[in-house]
Amino acid sequence: MTPIVDTLRLSAEEAQGLLERKELTAAELHGAYLDAIAERDPELHCFLRTTEHDGGLGVPIALKDVISTAGVETTAGSKILEGYVPVFDATVAARVKAAGLPSLGKTNTDEFAMGSSTENSAYGPSHNPWDPERVPGGSGGGTAAAVSGGLAPWGLGSDTGGSIKQPSALCGNVGLRPTYGTVSRFGIVAFASSLDQVGPVARNVRDCALLYGIIAGRDPRDSTTVELPEAVRLPEGDDLTGLRIGVPKEMNEAEGIEPGVAESVRAAIELARSLGAEVGECELPRSVEYGLACYYLIAPAEASSNLARYDGVRYGRRADAGTYREMVERTRDAGFGDEPKRRIMIGTYALSAGYFDAYYGQAQKVRTVIAREHAAAFERFDVLVSPTSPTVAFKLGEKAANPLAMYLSDLLTIPSCMAGLPGLNVPCGLSEGLPVGLQLIGPQFSENTLFRVGHALEGALGFDPVPERLR
Amino acid sequence: MTDTAWEPVVGLEIHVQLKTRTKMFCSCPNEYGGGENAHTCPVCLGMPGALPVPNRVALEWTVKLGLALDCTIADRSVFARKNYFYPDLPKGYQISQYDLPSCINGKVLVPTADGDHEVTIVRAHLEEDAAKNTHVGGSTGRIGGASETRVDFNRGGTPLVEIVTGPDIHSAEDARRFLQLLRQTIVELGISDAEMEKGTLRVDANVSVRPAGSSELRTRCELKNMNSFRFVAQGIDAEVARQIAVYEGGGEIVQETYDFDAGTGTLTPRRSKEEADDYRYFPEPDLVPVEPPRELVERLRAELPEPPARRIRRLEGELDLDRALVLVTGGLDGLYEAVTAAGAERVGAANLIANRLAGVDAAAVDAGELAKLVEARERIPRAALDEALGKLAEPGFSADPYLAQEAVSDESELEPVIARILEANQGQVEAYRGGKEGLLGFFVGQVMKETGGKANARVVSELVKARLFG
Repeated sequence: MTPIVDTLRLSAEEAQGLLERKELTAAELHGAYLDAIAERDPELHCFLRTTEHDGGLGVPIALKDVISTAGVETTAGSKILEGYVPVFDATVAARVKAAGLPSLGKTNTDEFAMGSSTENSAYGPSHNPWDPERVPGGSGGGTAAAVSGGLAPWGLGSDTGGSIKQPSALCGNVGLRPTYGTVSRFGIVAFASSLDQVGPVARNVRDCALLYGIIAGRDPRDSTTVELPEAVRLPEGDDLTGLRIGVPKEMNEAEGIEPGVAESVRAAIELARSLGAEVGECELPRSVEYGLACYYLIAPAEASSNLARYDGVRYGRRADAGTYREMVERTRDAGFGDEPKRRIMIGTYALSAGYFDAYYGQAQKVRTVIAREHAAAFERFDVLVSPTSPTVAFKLGEKAANPLAMYLSDLLTIPSCMAGLPGLNVPCGLSEGLPVGLQLIGPQFSENTLFRVGHALEGALGFDPVPERLR
Repeated sequence: MTDTAWEPVVGLEIHVQLKTRTKMFCSCPNEYGGGENAHTCPVCLGMPGALPVPNRVALEWTVKLGLALDCTIADRSVFARKNYFYPDLPKGYQISQYDLPSCINGKVLVPTADGDHEVTIVRAHLEEDAAKNTHVGGSTGRIGGASETRVDFNRGGTPLVEIVTGPDIHSAEDARRFLQLLRQTIVELGISDAEMEKGTLRVDANVSVRPAGSSELRTRCELKNMNSFRFVAQGIDAEVARQIAVYEGGGEIVQETYDFDAGTGTLTPRRSKEEADDYRYFPEPDLVPVEPPRELVERLRAELPEPPARRIRRLEGELDLDRALVLVTGGLDGLYEAVTAAGAERVGAANLIANRLAGVDAAAVDAGELAKLVEARERIPRAALDEALGKLAEPGFSADPYLAQEAVSDESELEPVIARILEANQGQVEAYRGGKEGLLGFFVGQVMKETGGKANARVVSELVKARLFG
């Protein structure tokens, strides 16, 4: 049977055009992706479960399994939530539904979005469509691999310290981590509340902007959200005249950046210059030096509290045990994998009496320093650029036994997350046959600028998002 | 034994459940009934991803209460998470203001015969209530020995204000007086029913003692589980006595939490800790700081009713402190003023209202009709007065039918009855003559009973007295 569309190449915008011109129905389009999933997901393992067409008349979408979906099991990649079926939709799920986008299913994630490879998923890792021996990145590796592998035209991820940007880089997608507070967290299984942000993953920048426009905006159910100061604009053209691009020295020369990655990013910066941008060097010394350490205090501290609700009392798994305390202990021991346990312990320690000031309190102060350092850079520049990930996709198992090496995958994505700033990953080339991601960081609410720059570079770079082995 | 005089030192922690229409952080109804877990939603059940949204009215009412307690209202207050595991705590943490509460540094002036006694208010902060556990099986009623614990989340997430006083209270009676005044303040603000029996007002007492004249603060113990002001007072007295006995026996007080059993008057230490000590507080990242606009605070300040303490002092001028206290803390002073304005005699009105109208809806009473009853209270039969007072709050009540009745004042009619009563109670007669004058009320009561409440109590009283000493 010949597929009715090439799901590897079709953009969401093109798919929308097909639907509008009635060249195919939404159900047929949804079915085409389910067929692709049936064909390739046994190898890629992007989806934890797929869903039948719900009648939505728009372009189908993949949802990371941290997004609550009424009536559809939502596990956040954890055994402790096995069998948990939410009675409500997350606001972002409700918004894509209201926009008519039918869900294709729930995508794989590191357990509670804690990880950079999906190897921490309790349901097994996802695989990179460019090379199935390699990881798709994480935690949102399921969504990224699904988009890259033609199993979904676009999807939603969540980003705490890089979980949208890094897998997008490793899979050759466009992924946006929005400004903190622009997208509702209501119904998102929480990891670290002051950092978690939902964002779009797509095959090109316009699709990414389109999806961001659907999910963004104040939600009365999330007190930390705000109204967008300006409407989302779909980017057009490739002129970057007048744009000031800053190249933070420390983020482009950090130890551990692979030469092939550095080279692709340098070439992309030169291309930006040729499109009219002014390029200058800048510094973010403390952001890079302390960002990761600071993140690994704040995120685990909040996680240790956010994960306390999984006690076996009301939903999810419950271990058989005598007393209440034994029940809670055994439920959590059996339900959580190593990474959540590790972070719960770190976070509990960081918040403990006598240690709070030295750890959590100090980390919050450093966070302010990081935000100020970025703000100072944005007095001179409109966007900052760096590699998104220091490396291309690494092999499954390569870093799984070494949490610190894994944490370094997010070295370059974390600082701007700590500052609440938006970041866009745009594929900028290949190194060793694998995608390299360019990270564009802007000031708060600068998503339109990021889309504009990303779109211009995307056009000039001519990156082919279809994995070579699937062309 | 030494002859040290000991001074009790008491600080109180009072929890007030606000009667907002909805819960603190979700839109579930804040009300009783509806069956177990009827008033729940993803937010108050702590489901994954559910987020709190603060109740604006609860925040306003906290400010209002803070103003009534003469507190400074913080320009910026912050909700924090208090982390611990318990089945009634669905998120594994309670959202509560911690180091930046809404209200700080207030005071309540409790009128006493020796001037105003100042009780400082250290803070008043807003938080969410826990759910309700029922431990089934086991003998202790606690989670330790229970075979099953059932959790009803209807109460979970209801708004609660915690008021913390300084260690400024030095007797059980002072504590009771302070609580009565505080309760009346809260009720008049219209923010809570503040009923201890229903748990909408809960009081914990921190108690220590010290040698009189010293200003040290010794190790304190906390008393919980007292569900009336009377029991709070009894609990404090019992704990003070226990601590004095320990010190005088050469012992030391160990910090401990006790449950007070009002039935037996005993204090039982809570068994070893069921929850951790370290609550790992940190600012709640799901909420933004609360910054009440200055105009709002000033508007709320302007709307405050006249404080009960000031009304007590005013009434004291025309009555006396005790009567003023009873009227004001019973919410009856407004009625008293209306009745006296309608021409009733002050002390008579105060006595009648304070002694007979506790619990009556003062707003439903026609002051003019009540004034007539005050005037006629001794002339009409007791039974008629009782009946009239019972119907006072009914719509369209008229005193006239009762005023038409006359109490029996005819000595010839009353004398034989009195003679019979005294004859039948020789023991009491001897005791009275021996000095137990309080027995007069007993004799009068017996006569009233005998006459079916128709006798004139004042006349009976005089006749009894005359006979006993005659």
